[in-house]
Amino acid sequence: MSDTVKSLSQQLQAGRVSAVELAQDYLARIKGGNAAINAYVELNEAQTLEEARAADALRADGGGGPLTGVPIAHKDIFCQTGWHARAGSKMLESFAAPYDATLIERSRAAGLVTLGRTNMDEFAMGSSNESSHYGPVRNPWQHAAVPGGSSGGSAAAVAAGLAPAASGTDTGGSIRQPAAFCGISGIKPTYGIVSRWGMIAYASSLDQGGPMARTAEDCALLLNAFAGFDERDATSLQRAPEDYTRELAQPLAGLKIGVPKEFFAEGMSDDVRAAVDAALATFRSLGATLLDVSLPRAGMAVPAYYVIAPAEASSNLSRFDGVRYGYRAPEYSGLDDMYAKSRAQGFGAEVQRRVLIGTYVLSHGYYDAYYLQAQKVRRLIADDYATAFAQCDLIMGPTTPTVAYGLGDKTDDPLSMYLGDIYTTSVNLAGLPGMSIPCGFGAGGLPVGLQIVGNYFNEACMLRAAHRFQLETDWHARTPQE
Amino acid sequence: MSLTDQEVRHIAKLARIELADAQLDATRSHLNSMLGLIEQLQSIDTTGVEPMAHATDLTLRLRDDRVTETDHRAAYQSVAPAVEGGLYLVPRVIE
Repeated sequence: MSDTVKSLSQQLQAGRVSAVELAQDYLARIKGGNAAINAYVELNEAQTLEEARAADALRADGGGGPLTGVPIAHKDIFCQTGWHARAGSKMLESFAAPYDATLIERSRAAGLVTLGRTNMDEFAMGSSNESSHYGPVRNPWQHAAVPGGSSGGSAAAVAAGLAPAASGTDTGGSIRQPAAFCGISGIKPTYGIVSRWGMIAYASSLDQGGPMARTAEDCALLLNAFAGFDERDATSLQRAPEDYTRELAQPLAGLKIGVPKEFFAEGMSDDVRAAVDAALATFRSLGATLLDVSLPRAGMAVPAYYVIAPAEASSNLSRFDGVRYGYRAPEYSGLDDMYAKSRAQGFGAEVQRRVLIGTYVLSHGYYDAYYLQAQKVRRLIADDYATAFAQCDLIMGPTTPTVAYGLGDKTDDPLSMYLGDIYTTSVNLAGLPGMSIPCGFGAGGLPVGLQIVGNYFNEACMLRAAHRFQLETDWHARTPQE
Repeated sequence: MSLTDQEVRHIAKLARIELADAQLDATRSHLNSMLGLIEQLQSIDTTGVEPMAHATDLTLRLRDDRVTETDHRAAYQSVAPAVEGGLYLVPRVIE
């Protein structure tokens, strides 16, 4: 098994390895392994080693914390000084952020060392990483398969052992779905736990950053670093800091797990069902009780998501106008033409589609029928979860209906790709925390993900359940051979 | 419902995205398939349901009215396509 954040932290604290040695080791792995999967879009050895030297110096002075010197890869969506922040788009090809996102600031404060910037679907719009202007990412388990998206580069880098951990963002499943496709662990916290400041916006009422790593325990350690109130993000929640590892040692006896029948209906493939059923049986053997719950409006999550997310995107992405930053078309005949040409040339096809549909659902005469109706359905979806959580502590089911599909399989039919988000989008709409952990393998030897959804602020319990499962199983420790 | 070519052109104009004639068919067909998906929402009875605009029902915080930002103009303008004398340059809009 590749190194975990936990084991690297212990080795660093014991002085058995230095941050510089770790950084050099990972940079060498990246040099050898990145070309085949295209997980990283930017490397900067001098910058990485400078951060590593600073971490070593801090430790030598008796300073630093448990994560000081541990390497991490950052999704190319977070503004970070010293690096580009391109968000997978041609629009931001020349953009180097003049400030650090809060997640980056917190990552630096914890002493994490940046290995590089990871590939992603353009502006986080996609489920396969094929919409990146910087080329698709390949699944480390099978190079002909997609890694999932939009945090596909982060997931692939961790799965391939090119980083022990990575940051991700999740608007409709963009941490959980690639984690499932690549056989790693990832958590999208409750909305408002991780600051969105400096995170390039897609759909602001849904976007949430979080960690991706091999194990749930690593996710807990990283969430301790990422989470926290930030007055610069108007939706950041003012809560007392918590230790997300605090429940990891507790057993699962008495835990009530709700299993929504709607997540095991038509559309779920047999291999995913078998792996998820087996995982649920393991939880039962660990002392948890399984009970049936119902999320009757779950099927409306994808339609509601594809109104709300594009609507917010059309507004957020209006800032890309070729004036203050980003791409400007080389030729144009006036201001309006400059806007229209810069945006047509700077945005890829999927981003244009979502901006257009978002513009339509917000336009005069259609707002009530689409946008307002979607917001009402969003409330009903959140109510369904509230009813379910009155009966259980956690909800479990599949992260995705199938294992990773082939590159190019769904690019001509975006709708079929959208429907792959059927189990993940409702969690964002409700603002709940969700995670995915590996729970087996399906067709073609590709990983299957188990989704764990918690009630608001119940991350510690989700991480405990995931950790206890990982003490019993070794799916998270498997590594790809390709 | 499905969009006409004229409606697609109008949406593209509102979104400030130039739409080449050659892309019109493909764009219209993609948008119509997305509309087909989101039309499903009409089947849900939402009478009396309060719209949920955000993931959490939060109230915006107030902060003290004091200066907290320092001058970052030069840094922020260093990433702009065209600036001169501290100003962003755009094509002439008034003849």
